[in-house]
Amino acid sequence: MSSVNPGSPDKEPATEAQAAQTALGNTEQTESATTPKQPTPEGRPTLGRLFLDNLWAANTFTVTLLSLVLAMVVGAILMIVSDPEVLATYSYITARPTDALNASWTLVSEAYGNLFKGAVLDPDAVGFNAALSPISETLTYTAPLVFTGLSVALAFRGGLFNIGAQGQAIMGVILAALAGFLLPLPPGLHLLVAVLAGALGGAIWGFIPGILKARTGAHEVINTIMLNYVAVYFLTWIIVQNGVQDPNRADAISKTVDTSAQLPRLLGDGLRVHAGIILAVLATAAVAWLLNRSTLGFELRAVGANPDASRTAGISVTKTYILIMVFAGALAGLGGSQMVLGTTASALTPLVVAQIGFDGILVALLGRVKPWGVALAALLFGALQAGGNRMQSYSGISLELVTVLQALIVIFIAAPALVKAIFQLRAARAARLQTSLAKGW
Amino acid sequence: MAVENVAVAPVDQGFWTRTRKVGAVLVALGLLGAVLFGALATDQQARFTLSEDSAGAALEINGTVGAILFGLVALAAGAAMLAGLPKRWFTLVLGVGLVGFLLSFLCWQVSAAPTGQNFMPLVNVLRGTFVLALPLIFGALAGVLCERSGVVNVAIEGQLLMGAFSGALFGSISGSVWVGLVAAAIGGAFISLLLAVFAIRYLVDQVVMGIVLNLLAVGVTGFLYERLMQTDAESYNSAPRFSNWEIPLLSDIPLLGPVLFRGNIFLYLGLLLVLVIHIALFRTRWGLRTRAVGEHPTAADTLGVKVLRLRYLNVVLAGVVAGIGGASYTLALYSFTKNMIGGKGFIALAALIFGRWSPTGALLAALFFGFADQLATYLSAINSTIPSQFLAMLPYLATILAVAGLVGRVRAPAADGKPYIKG
Repeated sequence: MSSVNPGSPDKEPATEAQAAQTALGNTEQTESATTPKQPTPEGRPTLGRLFLDNLWAANTFTVTLLSLVLAMVVGAILMIVSDPEVLATYSYITARPTDALNASWTLVSEAYGNLFKGAVLDPDAVGFNAALSPISETLTYTAPLVFTGLSVALAFRGGLFNIGAQGQAIMGVILAALAGFLLPLPPGLHLLVAVLAGALGGAIWGFIPGILKARTGAHEVINTIMLNYVAVYFLTWIIVQNGVQDPNRADAISKTVDTSAQLPRLLGDGLRVHAGIILAVLATAAVAWLLNRSTLGFELRAVGANPDASRTAGISVTKTYILIMVFAGALAGLGGSQMVLGTTASALTPLVVAQIGFDGILVALLGRVKPWGVALAALLFGALQAGGNRMQSYSGISLELVTVLQALIVIFIAAPALVKAIFQLRAARAARLQTSLAKGW
Repeated sequence: MAVENVAVAPVDQGFWTRTRKVGAVLVALGLLGAVLFGALATDQQARFTLSEDSAGAALEINGTVGAILFGLVALAAGAAMLAGLPKRWFTLVLGVGLVGFLLSFLCWQVSAAPTGQNFMPLVNVLRGTFVLALPLIFGALAGVLCERSGVVNVAIEGQLLMGAFSGALFGSISGSVWVGLVAAAIGGAFISLLLAVFAIRYLVDQVVMGIVLNLLAVGVTGFLYERLMQTDAESYNSAPRFSNWEIPLLSDIPLLGPVLFRGNIFLYLGLLLVLVIHIALFRTRWGLRTRAVGEHPTAADTLGVKVLRLRYLNVVLAGVVAGIGGASYTLALYSFTKNMIGGKGFIALAALIFGRWSPTGALLAALFFGFADQLATYLSAINSTIPSQFLAMLPYLATILAVAGLVGRVRAPAADGKPYIKG
């Protein structure tokens, strides 16, 4: 990018922060346009002063953290209003406010305490397995989310909105499972083939909207949404076919993947964390390299920034769109394949991939569509998921609360102006924002 | 569609005009019907009864004869198109061809059903079609209201779900269907309002916001369902239900009477709303302004239309409509269960697109999708060899074909999804 010729399509001096803000559709441009420039204070601020300023400024980190706080506050309110016993104490709050406050505090702090214990560390745990179990659970849930998050993020950078990670993950899990129990292969090779089959399944499902977009201009958002559901029905159909369905079962469940095709566990049989998390880290590095260092990545970002200019500059937009969707699909397919090759399940069921595709969209947005950001966001979501399980069994708080928290976090992240207004944050110095991504159908 | 001219395939060039391409497809379908379905059909009579069971008046045809005959009808329609048909006949002939193919298929299926079940109760099928299409109609209308004013509504699923939930909850608490109905409308409007505020005020990408709101609705309703409704279904999840209202005289019309005039309030409301929104959109000042804002907000603004206010209004109205659609589940058919909409919101989105963003188009598309759904139920009831899952895919595949321009171009309102920034 050093030899920028005047006709370069890469108008976006692709700082990651900008791409992220672009993706999230941002408002601050209009805001800063309306507010007059503050007069500069005299003298150079000290380092400590700068730190404090930035801490309470609307930068990525602060906004993310405060979004998390806001989401948990809303979650706490939901918990309180849905608990009849605690709610009853509010009927006499003017007479004895301590009752209501204590009851609410106990309820909420226990629930979030369990969330933390289930996700990070349980101080009461004794022994190797018990101490590491929360982390192991978190990483188990993180691994597939990294892949689906990367899938959405990669497409986003190329200007495509891949809502289809769910469908691509489903096709991935189907092919991976089929390869896992139909092919008699030696250990090692079998795993490799199963993983690649997963990637292939996703890639095929990504190729369809890609080529439709490139050839006919059909909007990928519509097509990927539709293909998600086609994949769901295909999965429910294939599970009950002869040779796929478990012959000993009457319900919709397939045969079990051979042990030779399963990802090895990392910390012994007692803990669920498996090699998928290593693959996830490798995939993050690979996508980061692809986006920032490779020719394809350059073309991809150029097309994402301005397809017309890219075409003028000699980049084949058609080819790039197809490649983006194939890569994005393959990533989502890899994520899906972990749902049967890992430790969460070893056979196909109608809900085998859970929500990883849709969660991937949230993860990508939370990670500001940067590869390593996506990995961190997936870690947070994985932790919420792992902690949510414990919160459900110990505090009786439904796992659905985790979905609420995840959705709220992303809502607040997506509207930093709102968070800024609530907490009276300073405008961040570096926040130069572009127009939103919204291109409509 | 996206107005990026990404290698737009040259349409209408040379011999292979769109009419001829569609004709070729119809010929292929006709051949498939006449040859394959004809061969597979049995000598049983295929009966289409005008009632809810095997009794009563019926249209009858020998299975093999019917499959071949109707296959030939489709073939003829396709051939007419290939021969170069005047454009004004296109829709009619296409309809004849598709219906011919469908009848050929049905003759095969019905005649091949186990002995004693070689009949298709048309009243049942049509009524089922309307029941299954109803949430789609409401959802798609919500989409029309939203998207015609330039706000993409992917949150239909969430609006339906929130409507169903709050209808069930407040209907149970108050014991009144009407309170439930109003609460459902408010519930849907709440999700819509969030969409409006974040999309219009905070300029968040509308598709992103829609997806996130769907998850939020799933989470909130699922959470409250487990906390309240599951623990105490008696007081929180036992909403009263609207009974069926029979319209005198009209309900005695054969076939149509039982289907259209013996429904509950939601059926009448849904059909009425299609009419009202159609008239309002194309005949009133509000409609003109809505369409102007959806196509070219800057121009509308120049002429004094309050763009943002109109968008807020339309998005919230959309939520009201979708919320009522959600209540058509919980205040008429079932009690609330977790994630009970189960993707219907996305089929409604498909119906909206397939119906080309028009109320009547959305109605027809919703009925078509509802019919596909009902057909799947019917076919699995007669142990058909056709997997019901593939019929369930039909709406989605049809939409993909429509969007890809294979069955005519669909075009969204030009400013759909673009936030409007005054200045």
